[in-house]
Amino acid sequence: MTAPAPFRASTPVFRIAGGLVAAAIAALVHVAIAPGEAARLEGERALVEALDLTDLALFTEARYGRHRSQADLHSAFQDGPMLAEHFPAGSMVPPARGFPPAGFADGEGE
Amino acid sequence: MGAWATRQRYLIDFAALSLWRHGARSLGLWLIYVLVVFVVASVILYGAAIRREANAVLDAAPDVVAQAMRMGRHEMSTGADIEKLRGLRGADRLEGRLWGYLYDTSAAANFTLQVPSGFDPRFRLERGEAIIGEGVARLRKVEAGKMLFLISPARRFLKLKVKQVLPLGSALVSSDLVLVGEADFRAFFDLPAGQYTDIAMRVRNPAEVGKIAEKSLLALPGHRMVTRADMRRTYEAIFSWREGVLVALLSGALLAFAILAFDKAAGLSAGERREIGILKAIGWDTGDVIGMKLWEGAVVSVGAFLAGTVAAYAHVFLFSAPLIEPVIKGWSTLFPRVTLTPTVDALQVATLGFFTVVPYLAAILVPIWRTASADPDRVMR
Amino acid sequence: MLELADVTKLYNQGRPNEVAAVRGVTLDIEAGKVTVLTGPSGSGKTTLLTLIGCLARPTTGRVRLNGEILSGLPEKFLADVRRRTFGFAFQRFNLIAGLSALDNVMLPAYPLGPPHRRLTARAMEMLANLGVDHRAATAVENLSGGEMQRVAIARALVNDPAIVIADEPTANLDGALVGQFLDIVATLKARGKTVLMTSHDGRISGAPVVDRVVAVADGRIAEAAA
Ligand SMILES: Nc1ncnc2c1ncn2[C@@H]1O[C@H](COP(=O)(O)OP(=O)(O)OP(=O)(O)O)[C@@H](O)[C@H]1O
Ligand SMILES: [Mg+2]
Repeated sequence: MTAPAPFRASTPVFRIAGGLVAAAIAALVHVAIAPGEAARLEGERALVEALDLTDLALFTEARYGRHRSQADLHSAFQDGPMLAEHFPAGSMVPPARGFPPAGFADGEGE
Repeated sequence: MGAWATRQRYLIDFAALSLWRHGARSLGLWLIYVLVVFVVASVILYGAAIRREANAVLDAAPDVVAQAMRMGRHEMSTGADIEKLRGLRGADRLEGRLWGYLYDTSAAANFTLQVPSGFDPRFRLERGEAIIGEGVARLRKVEAGKMLFLISPARRFLKLKVKQVLPLGSALVSSDLVLVGEADFRAFFDLPAGQYTDIAMRVRNPAEVGKIAEKSLLALPGHRMVTRADMRRTYEAIFSWREGVLVALLSGALLAFAILAFDKAAGLSAGERREIGILKAIGWDTGDVIGMKLWEGAVVSVGAFLAGTVAAYAHVFLFSAPLIEPVIKGWSTLFPRVTLTPTVDALQVATLGFFTVVPYLAAILVPIWRTASADPDRVMR
Repeated sequence: MLELADVTKLYNQGRPNEVAAVRGVTLDIEAGKVTVLTGPSGSGKTTLLTLIGCLARPTTGRVRLNGEILSGLPEKFLADVRRRTFGFAFQRFNLIAGLSALDNVMLPAYPLGPPHRRLTARAMEMLANLGVDHRAATAVENLSGGEMQRVAIARALVNDPAIVIADEPTANLDGALVGQFLDIVATLKARGKTVLMTSHDGRISGAPVVDRVVAVADGRIAEAAA
């Protein structure tokens, strides 16, 4: 017959830590099983293939934003082909290395 | 339990008690810590997931798109152009694409009108039929079986029966699409037969894409070739840039927090110094004191890392990231309701963990070391 | 067993506020005996105890324990000696505020890592011997002066040290409690422990359990009584 174990301050710490670790593991399990995701992604890819789509429908607010990868290169007031952004004037980020598509020469690069 | 473990457990006991004693103050700081990790982890998780999705989706995109240029502007390609490419060996599926934009005044949004390629019978459309994306259906409040009316800038009307609404799961690529038959498309936009927006090409052998793009350029000197790699790079650059903006916006707050946390962790108050002196006087050695403080720091920082990251995971993948989505994904009237496949980039999360935990512990270590290795009488007074 | 050889202690050495708290003390403390240091306030008793208990280093001179010179050892070894050999009850208690009396008593044993249940029982026993076990769960800053004093003594004893050092252990205790404390000292002595105390209290220096009274004045040993 033993007395109940005396309270230890580390016990709640271990409980909380255990809870957090369990939640983290649950997240990883959720990643692994990702309910219905494989099928959804497959459907999305099939659509892209069937319709010959080239771009994400994220930036629909401007002509050069919607089909960003197809945007025409030299129109007046359009952003330059080297710019990483889709805003008319660039800031902060230098042009992407190796971005100029085949056939485009800017005098620099390879 | 081994002797080492028993001892560490006692040190954790004391660390926990000392956190508990400073209750509200430690809790407040910890919650801010969690919040900071939460925001950064949300950006990381969301960024990784949307890139992965973009990559997976663009895997199925055409290998090369040939786009006619005239005086440096985008021009229509012709049936003759397509014929010139047909002779190229290795070009598999070759097709003139028909797509264009329509500013829809009633929804105040831009739609993409497109003619589905003839290769997939599921998307074959008769005159007056349409398949629309989730965003179009949402903005125009139509569903399958209902009618959709469009007006062109030249005041042509198009009356369409919605045959199908594309599934929400593919909104990332299809949200603003209005798929119509070729005849409707040409009539609506007044486009003569034999003209195409551009030419999509699929290549049998992926290793030959570069070569075929080059040959295509020789065959069609007025065209520009966009390869799938270019498409990928475009989105990679967009997301990097947007993430960068977010981090730049956050950096001020991050710095302020870092100063706060480090000041708290590194500056020992007179009370804390005295406490360390007492512990040493009653038999703790320098290692015990440092171990105890490191446990305290580990409980705070590892706890904040785990809590922040798990909360960020839930935010991004269970609630679709309402707090950061507008910055990464952008804003528009027609905003696709994107669901993302849960992904965790182990390296990125590990990096975040490293930068959450290690600097904090390092900041604790130095002053404690100095205090704890002095004679107890010195620090006790 | 404990020898001080021509020990001096200067505080704030070389500065205008320099204090010579101990000036050339040579003292031999026998094992298994109860020794009491007496002397006027400010005469250097507490300073001597901190030197003996390895909480501070002498400015000059040597402190030897069982023939081993302690004063030159690095801090790492001193910590080990303190833990193995000494139990210290401070004049100003030096309890850790915010922790319960029981937690305070248990603290010195943490680095030794005994089973938690056994340590708790041992600490409760120490508190019970001094009649404060009913305050075990109370945070120490809420205890009365006498209760704090007894918790401080219990803490000094919890590791069962070979040498118990108590600085003014009865300053806040009434007659009955002083008797109880002397009983504990007698038990310790019977078990072969060495006890070293300071006291202004005639009830202590005159107690039969005390073997030796050393008078300290102005940082020096004034006389050694039997
Ligand atoms: N850390 C210190 N810094 C400066 N002076 C000190 C320090 N500690 C003690 N002193 C001085 O050294 C002298 C001796 O002090 P100590 O505490 O040893 O006296 P004491 O004999 O224990 O006195 P009491 O009986 O009042 O407890 C005093 O004059 C005191 O002011
Ligand atoms: Mg004193």
